[in-house]
Order: sequence, then structure tokens, then C-alpha cells
Amino acid sequence: MAKRVKIRVFRYNPAHDTDARYDEFEVEAERWTTVLDALLYIKAHKDHSIALRYSCRMASCGSCGMLINGIPRLACYTKVYELGSDVVTCRPLPNFPIIRDLAADFTAFFAKHKSMKPYIINEVAESIDGREFIQKPEEVEKYLQFSYCIKCGLCYAACPTVATDRRFPGPQALAQMYRYLIDSRDKATDERLRIVDDRHGVWRCHFAGSCSMVCPKGVDPALGIQLLRAYLLGMNRDSKVVAELYRREPK
Amino acid sequence: MVRESSIMKIHYYTGLAAIVLVAIHILFRLTVPEGYSASLEYENVIANYKNISYSLVLELILVTVAIHGFNGLRVILLELRQGDGWESAVKWLCIAGAVAVIVYGTRTILLASMMG
Repeated sequence: MAKRVKIRVFRYNPAHDTDARYDEFEVEAERWTTVLDALLYIKAHKDHSIALRYSCRMASCGSCGMLINGIPRLACYTKVYELGSDVVTCRPLPNFPIIRDLAADFTAFFAKHKSMKPYIINEVAESIDGREFIQKPEEVEKYLQFSYCIKCGLCYAACPTVATDRRFPGPQALAQMYRYLIDSRDKATDERLRIVDDRHGVWRCHFAGSCSMVCPKGVDPALGIQLLRAYLLGMNRDSKVVAELYRREPK
Repeated sequence: MVRESSIMKIHYYTGLAAIVLVAIHILFRLTVPEGYSASLEYENVIANYKNISYSLVLELILVTVAIHGFNGLRVILLELRQGDGWESAVKWLCIAGAVAVIVYGTRTILLASMMG
């Protein structure tokens, strides 16, 4: 059964507006209506000037992150009914500059991600020549969950340290650092550790855990950060064995 | 330049050491035959400093707490504001603060131990 809900949309254009405001719209929401569905209905039928970012509508692209009723969530992955409220307030993600309305600027976020060198560094891989790295299932397990990150920025928006320290890389970047550090195909361990072993690096995490609470893909960035710290302290250095190249023999 | 991981190792170790040393200090106060209140009387407190081992425990508490505390303050201040000038000032102020507290506290321990 459909219910009428009030959608409050944050409106602000830094180029023109001095103050932000909320515009309110009434929409009919079915059990399956997501917040993104409601916003796109408003954009199509009530106010086409609302700015928001979206793409896949199925929690794969990570574009439609926003603060929904005070919690960073993906609009396409949040049903209006599950919020348990007749009022749905949508704001842009905190800790990001605002481009316009619900669209946030991810430039600094992606720059921090890039600074972590999120790719395998291994000179042997350059001359792979038909061979391949063999990884045991337990070696894959070490980084698998962190590879599910879709870079939606929800963890970054929820992080209290990012809110106060603009040089802190944030949970997404640090979790990705651990993902590549612990990958047995990667050989740039010292180079990676130097990047995060900084006064604004991995040590500034307060372990609030809010990053892991809001991740829509079940990644636990707080765990990644603690494992990265433990690695720097020399507590789990034995856990990484660098893989070698093997030629798969035809059966 | 000292790596942040080395500083944080010192931070964790001094924190753990401070817990153990303060526990020893409190246990000494609780286990004196005259009772806890009597152990805090002036003569008894001064007498503690005559015991070299106990003075050493007090000195270690002073050093560990000063290092741990001032590094904690440095971390808080680095998070409060960012900028190379600010961060350099915070670093040197915290080092100076820790050294000043340790020197002043050591002087107190030495004077008390030498009192007649």
C-alpha cells in the first residue's frame, strides 16, 4: 500500500546562494520505492532543477551517496519504507565540498585514493609471459572483502577524523592501501608503508567504526585500518608471502 | 626524521608502562602496615624518596606519563589544525613541555631524596 511521504531536499548553489534551504515535496511511496526513485520522480514531475548524481540504480556504481535522515547511504539502496518515517531529509554527503544541491565534489577523495597507489606493483608482472600468479584461497581471503569497495564515499562522509583533519586519507583510501599491501602479488610493501606512516596517516584513526557501519557493500574499513596499523607495528608481518609466477600446465 | 610508527610505538609502550608503574605505586600505598591514610602523611611521603627503588619507580612514572601525555597532546593539536608552521610549532612545544616537566619532576625527586 502506497503512503504519502514528505521529501525534504537540501538546495544550495555555491555560485549564487548565500544560504542553503530545504525544498519540500510530497510523493507517493510504494514498498519498493527507493529514495532515488522518489528524487527522480520529483526531478521529472515537480522540480527539474534539483542536482544529484546517480547512474546504475543498483548499488554498483556508488554515485548516489547522500545523507538520508542523518546517515550516509546510497539513495538507490535505501527504500523509503525502511526509514520508518513520513519525512525523508536528503542532504549532500558531509566532509565533501558541495557542487550543487545533493551533488558533492569527490576530487579530494579520489586524489587521496590515487595517492595510495591502488594497483599491483610487481616488476615480475611486467614479464608475465603466459604465466600467472597462483594464490591460495586463504591469501585471497585476506584482501577479498576490501576489493568490494565501490568508492561511494559513504565511509569518508561518516569519518569523524576526516571531519577535523583534512590531510587524513580517510577510511576508503586506507582500507584500499591494506587491500594492496596484503595482496600476495604486490611487492611494494615498504613503499606503501612509507605513504601511510605519516603524522596524518593511519595512526590518526580513532577507531570510531562509523565507516564500517555505513558501508553498503559490507566492507569493514575500520578492520583494514587496524590490520594496517598492526602490520606497521610488526604484529602480522608473517601473514604476507609474496606469490611467484607459475606456468599452468595443460591437462 | 622519526617515523610516526616509531613515535606511536613509544606512545603505546609508555602508556602500558605507566599503567603498570602507577599500579605498583598504588599497591605500595595500599599495602603499608599503618594503612592508606598514614602512607600519605608528610614524613611517610618523604621517607619514600629515601628508598632508591621506589624513587626509581616515581621517576619512571614521571618520564612515561610526560612522554605519553605530551605526545597525546601533540596528536590532538595536529588534528585541531593543519599546516606546516603549526605542526612544527606543536612538535617543538610538546618536546619542550615534556622535557620541562621531566627536569622539574626529577629535581623534586632528587631534592626530596636528599632531605635530611
